[in-house]
Amino acid sequence: MALYSEKVMDHFRNPRNVGSIENADGIGEVGNGKCGDIMKVYLKIDDDIVSDVKFETFGCGSAIASSSMATEMIKGKPISEVLQLTNQAVTEALDGLPAHKLHCSVLAEEAVRAAVQDYYDKKGKE
Amino acid sequence: MIYADNAATTKMSRTAIDAMLPYMDEIFGNPSSLYEVGQEAAKALWMARERIAACIGATPQEIYFTSGGSEADNQAILSAAHNGEKKGKKHIISSAFEHHAVLHTLKKLEKEGFEVELLDVHENGMVYPEQVADAIREDTCLVTIMYANNEIGSVMPIAEIGAVCQEKKVLFHTDAVQAAGHLPIDVNEQNIDLLSLSAHKFHGPKGIGALYARRGVLLENLIEGGAQERGKRAGTENVPAIMGMAAALEEACSHMEEDNKKLLGLRARLIEGLSKISHSALNGDAKSRLPGNVSFCFEGVEGESLLLLLDDRGICASSGSACTSGSLDPSHVLLAIGRPHEVAHGSLRLSLSSENTEEEVAQILQAVPEVVDYLRNMSPLWKDKVSGKKEFVL
Ligand SMILES: Cc1ncc(COP(=O)(O)O)c(C=O)c1O
Ligand SMILES: [Zn+2]
Repeated sequence: MALYSEKVMDHFRNPRNVGSIENADGIGEVGNGKCGDIMKVYLKIDDDIVSDVKFETFGCGSAIASSSMATEMIKGKPISEVLQLTNQAVTEALDGLPAHKLHCSVLAEEAVRAAVQDYYDKKGKE
Repeated sequence: MIYADNAATTKMSRTAIDAMLPYMDEIFGNPSSLYEVGQEAAKALWMARERIAACIGATPQEIYFTSGGSEADNQAILSAAHNGEKKGKKHIISSAFEHHAVLHTLKKLEKEGFEVELLDVHENGMVYPEQVADAIREDTCLVTIMYANNEIGSVMPIAEIGAVCQEKKVLFHTDAVQAAGHLPIDVNEQNIDLLSLSAHKFHGPKGIGALYARRGVLLENLIEGGAQERGKRAGTENVPAIMGMAAALEEACSHMEEDNKKLLGLRARLIEGLSKISHSALNGDAKSRLPGNVSFCFEGVEGESLLLLLDDRGICASSGSACTSGSLDPSHVLLAIGRPHEVAHGSLRLSLSSENTEEEVAQILQAVPEVVDYLRNMSPLWKDKVSGKKEFVL
């Protein structure tokens, strides 16, 4: 299908980091009010570094592929870098997305940020 | 490849292709020219008009060739509306799940000051004659209700709706794009004043269709120019495409009974098999339904992902998911029958033709449950439902 780049189709067909983490340090779930896609990110954080990450996505090819790519991009990275992740960087790493599918990929960035926020919230409470 | 998207378009039949070829080749003339090669084309054009008219119980003078179903819908509706306006009638009745060719034309008329009333569609995808009867007013100039819905396959009681309109002396248009060649049409028995059809939905070529307009119904031009189509649609006729359409429609109508018998068998198997998937539901009435249409919603999955994975297995299908629509909303048809946004997101339409086989149906029945399962396993929404955090809808 020519709708998506080969990179997108690779990450869609063989998504990396699918699943959940028990006792995750941060969990972020965001829904896309526009199209209805939902993404959930689980983070394991050791010494301010993302030591493990998993995701679950209810959504289209673009949403699943960008979830997969985003988790790859933050794995093993310090939180300071993780917070720099942008939707644009994810899209570029996927060799681009069709303009009308961009909104489905914004979830990835938002879910990662929400997971980090959750980590801070939990830490703050401790 | 398993092609199960015949509601989107169909493969041309050999008969239709063969019927077209001479008119691109030796009989290439313009039907308006007086010399032989033009007159031969003109003769063929007239015969095509007669053959198409015969398939729907009309006269050849009542057939106007158009560029397809969309143009026929536009012309029918605008004509009826503007005729009505001249008599001070500016109320139009339609339904919420019409094709966009109808709905967007009605939107345009609303901006011109017409009052458009969209009837509710029942949960089973039906619009009933009583609803139409209740909605008709003194100033109603047009009722436009589709014969069969392109997404969920439900088939309306067109003859009964036509009878209501006739009794109340209101023009009745039906978009029969999905019905033509698949279900019987008789414009007199069914009390139809205006009807749209499109060749590429019955194994004819794309970009050609026809508008039937009952004698006495004045048409308004969408395209001005030459005097083709009794002065109602300018432009040199697409003779090859018209010949292909006539051949395809005749062929489809002559095989209709045996094709539908086969399709009903395949459809029943598919519906039975897919119904076994938990938290799924058939869209559209189970009985009053296009013979080739199977439309389902699967809770917890998204339609585009479903289509991409089916494509990987060589299965061509379609979905009304928001992510496949190009806009951000799921199909207006699924919303009209009351499917929540989230459920409409997980829709799958399989539309068969008589070329599909039992073997293909078996492969589809193998693939769909596996793909749905796979996607549910990575769906946070599905997990929340299974764990009881959210409620199942289906
Ligand atoms: C019900 C219905 N009406 C109208 C159309 C438009 O027909 P065409 O593609 O020939 O313009 C279609 C086809 O998509 C259809 O399914
Ligand atoms: Zn999406």
